[in-house]
Amino acid sequence: MPATPIAESRVVHRERVPGGRYWSMVVRRGFTLRLVDTDGTANASLLAYNPTNPLERYNMADTLKGQHVSRLGLGNMLFSDMGRAMLSIVEDTVGWHDPIGGISDADSIHRRFGEARFQEHWNDFYRNGRELFLIELAKWGLGPRDLVSPVNFFQKVSVNDDGDLHYATDHSHPGASVDLRADSDTLVILTTAPHPMAPGPIYQPGPVEVSIHRSGPVRDDDLCIHHRPENARAYANTLIANCQES
Amino acid sequence: MPAMNLKTSELDPNDARRRTVVPAGDWWMAEIRRGQHLRIVDVEGNEAADTLFYALNDPRNEHYSAIDTTTRQGNVYLTTGTQLYSNQGHVMLTITADTCGRHDTLGGACSAEANQMRYALEKKPMHSCRDNFLHAIQESGYGLTKRDVPSNINFFMNVPLTGEGGLSFQDGISGPGKYVEMRAEMDVIALVSNCPQLNNPCSGFNPTPLEMIIWD
Repeated sequence: MPATPIAESRVVHRERVPGGRYWSMVVRRGFTLRLVDTDGTANASLLAYNPTNPLERYNMADTLKGQHVSRLGLGNMLFSDMGRAMLSIVEDTVGWHDPIGGISDADSIHRRFGEARFQEHWNDFYRNGRELFLIELAKWGLGPRDLVSPVNFFQKVSVNDDGDLHYATDHSHPGASVDLRADSDTLVILTTAPHPMAPGPIYQPGPVEVSIHRSGPVRDDDLCIHHRPENARAYANTLIANCQES
Repeated sequence: MPAMNLKTSELDPNDARRRTVVPAGDWWMAEIRRGQHLRIVDVEGNEAADTLFYALNDPRNEHYSAIDTTTRQGNVYLTTGTQLYSNQGHVMLTITADTCGRHDTLGGACSAEANQMRYALEKKPMHSCRDNFLHAIQESGYGLTKRDVPSNINFFMNVPLTGEGGLSFQDGISGPGKYVEMRAEMDVIALVSNCPQLNNPCSGFNPTPLEMIIWD
């Protein structure tokens, strides 16, 4: 299923984030962030913060237990630790995005892919999710204490009955996309390093096309708000937080 | 890692350095030195012990990490043999005995605001584990703030995941007197909230005391 085309007149920004890089921006309420896995090999690892009080941030546990899932997809919301909806997954051509696999670090990249330093490889050197998140978080005054477990879009980690984790290879496909509607102004921090469980030995994290477009009106029968009663309550809490907006 | 690794302990509570009963809804914070053992006893059964650890020598930068723990062992449940990892990739404690069999670390703590989202906006005044965590760190003098409250362990809590990507809070598999015991591999601060949740089966709708036992 291809993503719904967005009229160019609604698109306010479009940008390509190469594999192994970072991106961040405040996505304003009323706008939607579209992520496209251009080559079908991306790990779009995403964290979300309230830009006016970054102590409020995407919370893995509340997002999972609130929606009774260990995966994210169409209809799900990313909840903050304050019981609010930050981002709503209003379109999704993949069906399973990973919220439990974590972030790659220097060790995990080295173990799977070996070493490629800047000295020899210049800007093709190997990057890891932790360093990229820390670099990008620093630009917003945030740091290691604010680095929580992200959502790894276009990635799948499942468990068996014993709880063993399984990483799915070739899960996504070229052109796969997901739309995240900002229900409040949301600082989005995105990195594109390999997933920590991605097998080696070829280091080839895919690029992500990022675009922002004006959201359509939030209708009474909104898919995400009615996905579960928890979502409706989280959205009601978000409306309270936004109640003094002009 | 086996699904459940039941193992009893050789340690005798009569030889313990310290024993503390923590009533339901209270918090407990203690320094545990490297080599010491901590046992958490589910005294009356079906209780949830929401637990965090901080590195004693650098609590603001090194704390327990749920995802480092689960991904490094390749399994989402905690039991005997599980090494509890920090966000810096160090083993903080090792679970050395477990008569319950399986513990959760993905479900997080209850909070006033999460209770609103999960149950009803009117639930906000109910007591919660995150209130305990925040109160404890504010009083403790370690310089910790809300940003230092990461995803925790829920000892004795049963939160099964399914192969289809489901997750649910189920009635506990713990029972009266069951316990989990761990050895500190570094000096740590333990912070435990004896869960006051009344909205779901994590405390059997009847929160009861926990006992904390420390051996040298």
